Amino acid sequence: MCRIGAIKSKEYIHPSVALRLMRSQQKGHDNSGFAMIMQDLGGVFEGYKGLPILSMACTDEGIKIAEDILHKKGFVRLFQWAPQVFPKPGLKIEPMPNYVFQVYQYPKLYNYAPQEEKEELLVDMRLAIRHELETQDLGYVYSFWPDVLTLKEIGDPSDIGEYFNLWEENDHFKAKIITAQCRQNTNYDIVRYAAHPFFLQGYTALANGENTFYEKNKNLQKKLYKGYIGFESDSQCFLYTLHYVHKKLKWPLIYYKHTITPIPFEELSQREDGHILANIRASLAHLEINGPNTIIGVLPDGTLFTCCDSKKLRPVVVGRDENTVVITSEVTGINDILPNRNWQDDIYPGEREMVVINDELEVVRWQQ
Amino acid sequence: MATVKVNQLAKDDLFWQIDYKHDRCTLCGKCVASCPFQAIEAKVEKRRKVVSEDITPNPKVYFQTIPVIKQVISEYNFCRGCGICEKVCPNDAIKPVRNSDHRFQAKYRATVADPFKRGGRSNLETDGRTLDKIKVGRISQMTDPSLDAQRHTFDMRAPFGRVLAPDEIPLEVDSSGRLVLKNNLPPVRWIYPIIIGDMSIGALSWRMWEALAIATAYLNEEVGIPIRMCSGEGGVPVRLLKSRFLKYIILQIASGHFGWNRIVNAMPHMVEDPAGVLIKIGQGAKPGDGGLLMAKKVAKHIQEIRGVPKADLLSPPNHQGLYSIEESVQKMFLSFNAAFKFRVPVAIKVAASATSVSVYNNLLRDPYNIVGGFFLDGIDGGTGAAHEISLDHTGHPIVSKLRDCYKAALHQGKQGQIPLWAAGGMGKNWNLAADAFKMICLGANGIFTGKLMLQLAGCVGNDMGKCNACNTGLCPVGICTQNPTLVKRLDIDKVAENIVNYFIAVDHELKKLMAPVGNSSLPVGRSDALISTDKSVAERLDINYAC
Repeated sequence: MCRIGAIKSKEYIHPSVALRLMRSQQKGHDNSGFAMIMQDLGGVFEGYKGLPILSMACTDEGIKIAEDILHKKGFVRLFQWAPQVFPKPGLKIEPMPNYVFQVYQYPKLYNYAPQEEKEELLVDMRLAIRHELETQDLGYVYSFWPDVLTLKEIGDPSDIGEYFNLWEENDHFKAKIITAQCRQNTNYDIVRYAAHPFFLQGYTALANGENTFYEKNKNLQKKLYKGYIGFESDSQCFLYTLHYVHKKLKWPLIYYKHTITPIPFEELSQREDGHILANIRASLAHLEINGPNTIIGVLPDGTLFTCCDSKKLRPVVVGRDENTVVITSEVTGINDILPNRNWQDDIYPGEREMVVINDELEVVRWQQ
Repeated sequence: MATVKVNQLAKDDLFWQIDYKHDRCTLCGKCVASCPFQAIEAKVEKRRKVVSEDITPNPKVYFQTIPVIKQVISEYNFCRGCGICEKVCPNDAIKPVRNSDHRFQAKYRATVADPFKRGGRSNLETDGRTLDKIKVGRISQMTDPSLDAQRHTFDMRAPFGRVLAPDEIPLEVDSSGRLVLKNNLPPVRWIYPIIIGDMSIGALSWRMWEALAIATAYLNEEVGIPIRMCSGEGGVPVRLLKSRFLKYIILQIASGHFGWNRIVNAMPHMVEDPAGVLIKIGQGAKPGDGGLLMAKKVAKHIQEIRGVPKADLLSPPNHQGLYSIEESVQKMFLSFNAAFKFRVPVAIKVAASATSVSVYNNLLRDPYNIVGGFFLDGIDGGTGAAHEISLDHTGHPIVSKLRDCYKAALHQGKQGQIPLWAAGGMGKNWNLAADAFKMICLGANGIFTGKLMLQLAGCVGNDMGKCNACNTGLCPVGICTQNPTLVKRLDIDKVAENIVNYFIAVDHELKKLMAPVGNSSLPVGRSDALISTDKSVAERLDINYAC
C-alpha cells in the first residue's frame, strides 16, 4: 500500500514538510524511494512563472541530448538550477549523476501561438527527449511544464532527504503545492517512471491502492492521446483518465468520479441526469476502476482534490488550518505537520464523495 | 440355404441397440407407446420349449408363440438412444445400448441418397473444451482485497446498443456546470450479461417457448435479473407482441423473414418496445446454411404466426438482396432502426468464421453508428435441424474468434462501442457462470445460450450422439416438436421454474467469480485475470500460461 500526500498552502513551503508528512507514515514501508512534484514554485523559480521547466535525472550525455533536442526546436535556456547533493557513505540511495531543472524560453515561432499549441509542443518535446534517453539508457525526463518541478529517486526516503539536503529548510527551493509519495512501485519493477506522483500538462495524480482494471484502462488509453505512454504503474491510468475527462473532453471535474466509479444502474434510473451518466458509463466503461484506491489530484489551476474507489477500501484524510490543507493516507502525517489544527475539522471522505480545495483553500465536498 | 442379406440394414449398423429382457417384461406396453420414433414394436417370437410332465422322463417339444418387444431396423424408425423406454419401464426390462461399431450414417446415405440430418450439436468432441483449460488465476489478496459476494453490491449489466466514443456524444456544459445532451443518441439497453439465445417458435414446441418466455418475465419482474430472450426467426405470437412483456424479447429476423409481417402488423398495437432487434446472418451450428424447419413441425399455430402453408420452411443461406456490409448497414440496419423510430437497438448475429473479424471491423467503422451489437455464434451452438455434414465439419470454435474480434476493436481503440456477445457451447459443461465469466474476461460484453435451456427443460440428448432428433419433430420430451401428444409431456411450469432457479444460481456464481478478482462491475477484457494450463491456448488467447 502506497503512502501518498499532498500539501497546498497559501505560503511557499519547503519539501522538508512533505518529507515529514511522509516519514510519520513510514511504518511498514519498504523504503524504496521518494518522489515529489512541486507546483506554483517559489524561491529561485519564482521569477519564471510562465516558462516551462525541464525536470530530469540523467547522465552528462543525457543533458546534452535533451538540450540539443530543445535547441533544435528553438527553445532557449534561460536559467538552470541543480540541487546541491551531499553524498555520504552508508546512504541508501541509487542516485543519477545529474539532477537538472532548466527554465526555457519558448521558440520565437511560438510567440503568438495559442496556448493549446504551446501545450502540445511541450508534450512533444518531453516525449522526444524521453524517447532518446530511453533508447540510449541515459536517464529520465519527468516533466516539462511551466511552474512545475519533479524529483524522483530510488532509496530510503530519509537518506534521499539527506542526499539532497531536503531536511533543512531554505528559501530558494519552495512551492505552494507539493505532492509526494514515499515508496516505489510494488506492483511491477522499481523504475523511476513508476513512482507517483504522475504528471501531464499541468495535471498531477497520486494513488494509494491497486487498479484491478489496469489492463482495460491501459488498453483504451493507449489510443486516446500521444502523452498516454509508459504505464509503468497501474496508477498512471488515473492521471490519464483525469487528463482525458477534464482536458481533452472538457468535462467538469465532477465527471471524473462518474467515469472512474460510475454509480450503479439502479441509482442511475432514479436520477434526473441518469441518461447522461449512463452514456458516460457506457462510453468510458474501460476507464472504470475497480479495486481499492484513493486518488489525490491537482488540476492546472492549482485545484487540489481527492476521491476514492466505490467501495471505500483505502484510507484518506483531509486536515487543514487557515494557511494549509493536507490530504494524506493516514492522519498521523497531518498530526506531524499541522499539530495545532482543530482535528475535529478533519474530513474522512466517503466512497461517493469528492473533496475539492480551491486556491483560497476553501474546501468543497461533492456527493457523486 | 437361405440368402444372407448382408447388404441390408442390420441391427449392428444402428447407433443404438435395444437391450430387452423378456423374462423381466410384463408386457405392459408403456415402452412401445412412449417411443416417439417407433423404433420398437410389439412382435411375436416362436419359442421351442422341452417339457416333461410324467414321473419318469418323457420329454415333449412344444412350440410357443410369445409376445416380445423388438427393435425396428429401418433407415427412418431407428432408435436414437433417447432412453424414454427405459424411463417408463416399471421393471428395468428395456434400455438402449450404444453401439460403438455402428455405421449408420454411411448406410443411411447409401440407402436413401440424401444427406443425413439430425439435431444440432457436434458429436466430434474429442479433446476437452478450451474454456475448461482456462482458470481464473488472478485472485485479489492483501493489496487489493477481494469483495464479498454476499455483502457487496455488483453491477452485472452489459450494454446492448451502439455505444459512442465519448468525444462523439453530443454533450455541452450548461450554466450550472453540468453536462447536457444536445441531440439524441443511439439507444443502449443495460441488460443481464447472459441472453437466452435465439430458438424459434417452430423449432421449439409452443410449450417450451412459452416456458422460456415465462421464465424470462419472472426473472425480470420477480427476481430482478434483467435477462432478455431472443425470439429466434419465426415470429412471435401476436398476443405477446401486444403485451407489456415484449420489452423482454429481442425480435429476430433472418433470411427467411418468417413471422415479420405479423410483427409489422402488430407494431401499431404494441404497448412496449421490444428489447431489441437481432438480424441473423449466420448461426454457429450450420454456418452458411439457412434455417431448416420440416413440414412435420409446421403446426397450425406456426402456420398462423409465420403466415405459411404446411410445407418445409427453408430459409435461404443468405439474405437475398444484401451483397456487402455497407449495403446491409444501409438497408437492414437503417430500416430496422427506423421501424422502431430509433428507440430500439439493432444487432447482428454471424457465425464465427475466418471472416468474422472483417465484418466486425467494418461495422465498427460504420459512420451511421447504428449497429447495436455483434453476436458471434461458435461451432458448438445450435439446436434445430441441420445436415450432419454442417454440424460436424463447418464453423469455427468461439473462444479464439471472440478474442480476435475484441482485439480488433482494441487495435482501433473502439472496444466496447459495438458490444460483443458470443456463444456456441456456453454451459456445455453445465456451468454457465464460469463460461460467461471467462468469455467476458476475454472481451465479450455478454454471452447467449440456447441448448443449455433445453437441457434444463429435460432434453435427453447429449454430445455423444444421444437422441439428437430435433429435426424429426418427434422430440421424446416435447421440447423440439409440435406433435400434440409429445408436447404434453412438457410441464411448462416446471420448465420455467428450472430455468428461473438455474439463473438465480448462475447470478450467485457469477458474483462468486467477480468477488475474488475484486471487481464489482463486469471484467470485460480483463484477460489478466485468466490463466491457461495449456500452453497453446495461452499463446493463442494471449493470456498467462500456468503449469
